[in-house]
This record gives sequence, structure tokens and C-alpha cells, in this order.
Amino acid sequence: MPEPIIHIEHLSRFFGTVKAVDDLSLEVPAGIVFGFLGPNGAGKTTTIHLLLGLLEPTTGQARILGFDTRTQADAIRARSGALLEFAGLYERMSAQDNLDFYGRIYQMPAPDRRARIKELLTHLELWDRRRDQVSTWSRGMKQKLAVARTLLHHPPLVFLDEPTAGFDPIAAAALREDLASLVAREGVTVFLTTHNLTEAEKLCAQVGVIRQGKLVTVGAPDELRARTGGPQAEIVGRGFTEQMLATLRERPEVAHAELHNSHLLLELRGESKMGPLVGLLVQAGAEVEEVRRGKASLEDVFLTLMEEEQR
Amino acid sequence: MNDIWTMMWKESKDLLFQGGWRASIRPLLLIGIMGIYLPLQFGLQWLALSPIELFVILWIPFSVIISFIGDAIAGERERHTLETLLASRISDRAILLGKVVVTVGYAWGMALGGLLLGLILVNLFRGNGGGWMFYHPFDLFLEALALSLLTCLLGASAGVLVSLRTSTVRQAQQILGIGTVVLVFGGISALQALPANFVASLTYSQFLLLVMAVIAVLDAILLGVSLVSFRRSRLILS
Repeated sequence: MPEPIIHIEHLSRFFGTVKAVDDLSLEVPAGIVFGFLGPNGAGKTTTIHLLLGLLEPTTGQARILGFDTRTQADAIRARSGALLEFAGLYERMSAQDNLDFYGRIYQMPAPDRRARIKELLTHLELWDRRRDQVSTWSRGMKQKLAVARTLLHHPPLVFLDEPTAGFDPIAAAALREDLASLVAREGVTVFLTTHNLTEAEKLCAQVGVIRQGKLVTVGAPDELRARTGGPQAEIVGRGFTEQMLATLRERPEVAHAELHNSHLLLELRGESKMGPLVGLLVQAGAEVEEVRRGKASLEDVFLTLMEEEQR
Repeated sequence: MNDIWTMMWKESKDLLFQGGWRASIRPLLLIGIMGIYLPLQFGLQWLALSPIELFVILWIPFSVIISFIGDAIAGERERHTLETLLASRISDRAILLGKVVVTVGYAWGMALGGLLLGLILVNLFRGNGGGWMFYHPFDLFLEALALSLLTCLLGASAGVLVSLRTSTVRQAQQILGIGTVVLVFGGISALQALPANFVASLTYSQFLLLVMAVIAVLDAILLGVSLVSFRRSRLILS
């Protein structure tokens, strides 16, 4: 079995009494987008800093691309790309010069560098404005340029720290689309931190949830949904009573039932059929107007996990 | 070495030569003072390396260094480019030395340009014919250039060390301004503390060599401390 591209064992980083990352163990296989979810201050950025060897762990260890973060940080940084909290662009320089600088840092030969810059800027529809000073660009364009810089030297692994944070929904969606298409095209492994669950849902094959420095859970979004709650159904109508709710709760296929205004919300076990449940309600005198089935969103999963952790 | 070149390339683009036509005013103004105004004022005397001229050769490039070098690390931090740079493969040494070399090269190059322009102008305008005159005595000229380079390096090494430890460019520049005053008065006090008969026994040239040796040692210490102080884990948290 191939070695995971990120292998973390009991990694901790304390700042005085604050446990920014606390006993984190995690494996990320190659070729996927891994979402690292957590609220603000959960320890996502500190984790990236540790994985890039920019911070020394207090305890534990991590191997990135087979290299130890304590002793081989240079090798990790040479083989990965990073878009951290800020775009990190030189605003007085042109877009082309910004990429050229990082291409030189990663020791790309001049012809390869030029071709790659053209390829990325063209793909991101920035080529025509390559000679503009970056300070004249919009925030969305700058962030796209920063993504291009991250992928410039064909790294097998990139770290993206909340790449759409602070963007309006339209700009965030556009950047997400660009990210998804680039990542798919380049075939890189992505370690993406975010507190945007829609983003994680759209981009990530696996997610890990972190809270107060501790990893709460890890798995594919569907697995997490299954772990924290089954399929859901919503029945819209009139005449629902407590007696009906009690009857539904006794059914083996119903994990949870509750009434919100005139909406009956059910959490089901497995892929249960709705017909018998609706039949029961109608027989008991309820007037059913609409039945909707759905899955718990990643947001529901995340909120459930956060509530469980708080308890 | 490649990394240092890369850093120098970026520094020259970002720090010194960007910002439109206004960026070119600063060096032109200083070269104008050193290469046109003062030589035309002094005439032939300009080539005789008077104490005023030596002061100009030392002071102008040093003051340029002090006004620029505070930006080295604090500027990257302020503009949020430091974190990305630290997350790349470039070495600590390349980042530091690239910045020092470009800043020193810029300021010292400006002084050289001014001196060369002054030399040409004085020779063109001296009007009494005769052969081409050069700065004299020539060994003093070379010593003055070397001393100027070493003081530039002193300013850059001290500046980069201050810049590493301050969070804003303004803060770095304030500390460097105060540091310059301390350095000047400290230097004068140190010279006064030397035994008078020892100083009297030295030729002008030997005296300059002594000062150069002291500054070279200070340069090496400050640059060494800067290299040791450049720790990614500390910078990433600052």
C-alpha cells in the first residue's frame, strides 16, 4: 500500500497554556482534496505551519511526502506549494514578475518558467493583464494569481489556508470553480483548511473536523453524514399531533422525529421507504401536502459534531 | 548562490525600481548632489578629497541605507508577503543576504555614480587645459571608497537585524534613526578615548585603516547575529 502523502502522529503544539494543536493523528492519501474543517481558532493554520516545518511541534511528529517536518522541512517546502492566510503577492510588481520570482525560487529553467506562467495565467483568464501591477487588480484576481503561484512548480502537494475567506458568494464560487478545475487538471493532493462547509462539500473527497486543536472526526463527507445522522425527510401538511409523533418514533425505521410549525422532520435509519409512514399519518387524520427526502448537509454534520464536543 | 541572485532580482524589482517614475527621483537627486552640485561648487578642490568630501562619501550612502533597510523584513511582514516567502524553499541566508547586497549595492552604487559624474564635470569645466585629473591622493580615494562600502554594510547589517525584530517599517526606521545618532556619538567618544600619542603616531591613511578594521569587525558581528536571528519559527509567529 502506498505511503500516505501526509502522515501525522500525535502532533501537538502548545503556546504557553494554549493547546493550538492537541494530539493530532491523521493520514491523507495522495491525489485527493482533503478538507480540514473547523471554526476560527480551531488550530487549522497552526497545523499547516507545523506541516510545512515553519513551526516546531511541542510533541509528536509528521511526515509529509515522506519527509520529517522537524529535520527535513526544506525538502517539504521545495516539493509543496502554499497559499496561506494572505495572498502574499508583491503588489508593486507585475503579475508576471510575481510568478517569475517564485519560478526562480523553485529553480525552474527560464523556458519552462515562461511556458508555465503563460499556461496558468491563460487558464485563469489573467494573461492579458500579466504586465499590470498587482496593486491594480481586484481581490478575486489576486487570489487567483496566488493559486497560480502555488501550483507553478508542479508540486505534488499544496496547502490552501481558507482560500475563499472574506469573499462575496459570487467571487467565492468563481474561485472555487477555478480551484476545482486546476486541481483536477494538475492531479495534486490538496490540504484545504476552511470553515466554509459548502466549499468542503464541493471540493473535498475527505474531511477532518478539528475543534480546539483536537481532531473530532475524519472521513468522506458521506461517511460523516452516515455517522452523525441518517437520511432525512420532511413532511409538509396539517393536523400533525403529539400522538402521531409518538407513533412514528416507535417505528424501527425512524431514528428521530420532531415537529417544526407545520413541518414534520424525520431522521431515518437507512434508505427506508416513506409510503408506510405517510400512510400512517393519513390514517391518523393528518393532511399531507408534500414529502421531501434529503441528506444531512455537511453543515448539519459539522454543527452536530460541534454540539457533541461541547457537551 | 542562485537563491541569493533570485532574491536580489526580486529586491531590485520590488523595492528599488518599482513605483513608477517617482522611484527614480531619489537616486537622481542624490547623484545630482554628489555628482553635479558639489563638484561645481568646489571646482578642482573637489578632486582633492577634502574632509567635507569624505564626509559626503560616507554619509550620503549610509543615510540612504538607513532609510531603506528598515523595509527589509518589517516591510515584508507589513505587506503580508513574509509568510509566503518563508513557506517557500528559499533559504534564510539567501533572503537576508539578497536584501543586504541589493540595498548596499544601490546606495554605494549611487555614491560611485556621483563621484564618477563629479570627476567628469570637474575635468570638463576646469577650463585651464592640461591633462585629465583624478581624485587624489589615489590611495586615500580607495580607502574612502572602502570605508564607505563598510559603513553601508554596517548600516545594512544593523538595519536588517532591527527589521527582523520590529513589526512595522516605521518602528524599524525610528530605531535605526536613534541608533545612527548613538553610533556617531559613540564613535566620536571611542576616538577621543584613544591615547593621544597613539593617534598622533598614525598617518591619515593608517587611521582610516584602523577605523575600517573596527567597522569590518562590527559588520561581521552584526551580519552573523542577523543570520542566527533569522529563524522561521520565530518570524512566522511575529
